[in-house]
Amino acid sequence: MSVVSRRDKIRKDEGGQDKYSVLLPTYNERENLPLIVWLLVKYFGESGFNYEIIIIDDGSPDGTLEVAQQLQKIYGSDKILLRPREKKLGLGTAYIHGMQHASGNFIIIMDADLSHHPKFIPQFIGKQKEGNFDIVSGTRYIGNGGVYGWDLKRKLISRGANYLSQVLLRPGASDLTGSFRLYKKEVLQKLVTHCVSKGYVFQMEMIVRARQFKYTIGEVPISFVDRVYGESKLGGNEIVSFLKGLLTLFATT
Amino acid sequence: MTKLAEWLLGLTLLGGVWVTLTFNLLGLALPRACWEVVWPLPVYLLVVFGCYSLATVGYRVATFNDCEDAARELQAQITEAKCDLKRRGLRF
Repeated sequence: MSVVSRRDKIRKDEGGQDKYSVLLPTYNERENLPLIVWLLVKYFGESGFNYEIIIIDDGSPDGTLEVAQQLQKIYGSDKILLRPREKKLGLGTAYIHGMQHASGNFIIIMDADLSHHPKFIPQFIGKQKEGNFDIVSGTRYIGNGGVYGWDLKRKLISRGANYLSQVLLRPGASDLTGSFRLYKKEVLQKLVTHCVSKGYVFQMEMIVRARQFKYTIGEVPISFVDRVYGESKLGGNEIVSFLKGLLTLFATT
Repeated sequence: MTKLAEWLLGLTLLGGVWVTLTFNLLGLALPRACWEVVWPLPVYLLVVFGCYSLATVGYRVATFNDCEDAARELQAQITEAKCDLKRRGLRF
């Protein structure tokens, strides 16, 4: 056995102790789901980590579940797990629901709309190993991180909201509303049971509570490419509910 | 302690010091020059904080990375993925 292949084998064995369960909550992602799964398989395949993809579809009328079943046939039921639910329920309960069947000791959560690129996952994993972090959060706001497809107004709102939350909450993480993160399974389990917010605020509450519980947080800069298919949602309602959620966290944590 | 309580505590402490000095409650008899700096201090600080905030947010908006390359890479990969998935028998 050559040195290189032996080293490869050792690396695989080390990786073999850890398993990463990717939770993909979906609603009307028929177009995006095959692509995100393909990318996940590609990057996990290249990096050699042990993984599974758990698709939690909330009764999408566009037939997301049917596409998910096709993907399961293609990639195998050990890699693709389907945990559909009857109707659209909260994100927090989607994570709880998905985790019940997760066999990984790490959980990766991300959006299925291609705004989060799986190429960053090996970096997340490396970061986690580097500091044995409880959470690794993707961040659009530091280093090489960034966005694509946002106009000036959207950037201004995003930066303004982020600055305000940093001042009020001092959470120790630069991207509070991002939802591309890696958690130790037991950490995510504990956090979701303590988080009650909805929408953007949910992700923010997860980080703030993590801070309360003294969990450690690592960060990896990510590029966020706004929805390729489908519409991005950011309206006045979203801003109002974000502010309400922010003030609630400010007063209660 | 909640973040709100921390803020209230901090503001109360600073406010207490300011009231004490401005209205000379302890008979410290600040020199006139100092007193003239102290009494408008809350307004100065507010303005400084406001300017700092605007400058920070403005700078961060201006330097927000546009990930053109990431978008291009993704588009190329989408095309590749679609071909490969079709080959494997996926009906979109």
